Amino acid sequence: MNLFPIALPALTEAAAEPPSGDVGNPATDFLQGLLPEAVPWWMLTLLGAGLAFAAVMLFVTVIAMFSVWLERKVAGHIQVRLGPMRVGGWHGWAQSIADGVKLLLKEDLAPEGSDKVLFKLAPMLVLATALATFVALPFAPGLVIADVDLGVFFILAVSSVTTIGVIMAGWGSNNKWSVYGAMREAAQVASYEIPLGLSLLPPILYFGSFSLVDASAQQAGIGAWAETSGQWFGMAWYILDPTRWLVSIPSFLIFFIALLAETKRAPFDLPESESELVAGFHTEYSGMRFSFFFLEEYAAMFVMGIVGVCFWFGGYSFPGITALEPGPLLTFLSILSFTVKGLLMVFVMMWVRWTLPRIRIDQVMSLGYKYLTPLALALVFVASLIEYFAFVIAG
Amino acid sequence: MASLLAFLLFAGLAVVCALVALFHRSVVHSAFALLGTLLGVADLFLQLGADYLAMTQVLIYVGGILVLILFGLMLTPPDRRELRPARIFLGLAVTGAGALLFLTRMDSGAWKAAPLQELPDLANQASPTAEPIGLAFLERDSWLLAFEFASVILLAALVGAVFIARRRFRVDDEGA
Repeated sequence: MNLFPIALPALTEAAAEPPSGDVGNPATDFLQGLLPEAVPWWMLTLLGAGLAFAAVMLFVTVIAMFSVWLERKVAGHIQVRLGPMRVGGWHGWAQSIADGVKLLLKEDLAPEGSDKVLFKLAPMLVLATALATFVALPFAPGLVIADVDLGVFFILAVSSVTTIGVIMAGWGSNNKWSVYGAMREAAQVASYEIPLGLSLLPPILYFGSFSLVDASAQQAGIGAWAETSGQWFGMAWYILDPTRWLVSIPSFLIFFIALLAETKRAPFDLPESESELVAGFHTEYSGMRFSFFFLEEYAAMFVMGIVGVCFWFGGYSFPGITALEPGPLLTFLSILSFTVKGLLMVFVMMWVRWTLPRIRIDQVMSLGYKYLTPLALALVFVASLIEYFAFVIAG
Repeated sequence: MASLLAFLLFAGLAVVCALVALFHRSVVHSAFALLGTLLGVADLFLQLGADYLAMTQVLIYVGGILVLILFGLMLTPPDRRELRPARIFLGLAVTGAGALLFLTRMDSGAWKAAPLQELPDLANQASPTAEPIGLAFLERDSWLLAFEFASVILLAALVGAVFIARRRFRVDDEGA
């Protein structure tokens, strides 16, 4: 069921693929080596899309389960308690597995007066869009499901569909609190998309590309950018370039604030603020459908964190790793570096959540429109000037 | 063949969702059905090799306009006094004019309809379009003037929106 939107880009590619061409998806490349020559191209593409989907699903599930455990531990330690300690033994490591089993076994309820179609469609739509954003992420050099030229633009576009899913959930529940949550989500996300997009423009100008693949390769000094790799132990990270600090640091801060609002994280968790709206748009959900919203939240946090990592903190590159010969070791260490950096961003988001109080909805709006948007616009202007003069100086 | 199949799939999605949007009794369901239409159209853009246009379609129409439509629908009570015949006439006039324009132009020149099986495989040979679009907007002797005009119009619209939505302080009340 969730396969449909994730398969949308893959399917388009598949449909447009002439029988002789190269599919350009690591999953299909992998399968091509295993399967006999006679396998038709469309079957290969479908199998490749399925394999890529399974890999993404597994990755997201593991990341989300780890994040849930991490959130509970972080919350615990910030509040001077221990968090889960019993399930599984060592520091309650199996807590998320127990939670997952519990959610799977719970009854799937739909309220009496709810709009059944929208109520059931909403969690699927939300989770599917969150999974679809993984298509454009470069996990390691050459390891990306679809090398979308407009990578970050694609991610922003697809994740904006999540908002529709949340509104659908709020409306379909036929519950006043849920509708309030949905309306807050609509207002908040539509407003913060502007500073989020604008704050991404300085790095896009710097790299001259929307693509996360290009940005990562450029910062790791791979391929066409091999000559830049002398800087900072083989890393040309945007945040480490002193000539760009005037824009790179403030634009990252704006990006991070807007990211918290986009992913509905505290201090911007107005759509589900439990002290006013019970649980906002997912009040009426139980069992597996509830866990879909949960999965989406952690997947979106990770993806947005990775966008930040790819544009400011060098993507999968890390000192010492980039210099390795291309091979399984490089790929493995790159994926490890990529995942750890993404989880570090997620950790900072949790740290912020358990430190700052929730702000009021009118404060959310005025922060977005009166401060972040003008500031981000000014930064785009300054960044354009800097890149222009850097271009002139370089000749 | 494959491009034809993908075309039929997504064109079908767009058309079916548009019909649901037109004929569904619940106006909120109609708005949600627009989601399918917009995504289907975005995919048609993708198949024509217009990747930037497709992403913009999703970002602006789904993430922005559809959200605002839903927001408006949830906040607005149904209007009992709506002038149905007038609206139907206006709608027919607009769509009729559009259809007439399309039908008269379809057979001429670039619009020449190709048989479906001969659809060019644009999505596969397409190069990224973000750069040519940016250059076309900002280069000298290109669409720079039109681009700047559009930005002035948008700015005027923005100022107008703020003016309409501004908080009105009552100075004529007693003691104010």
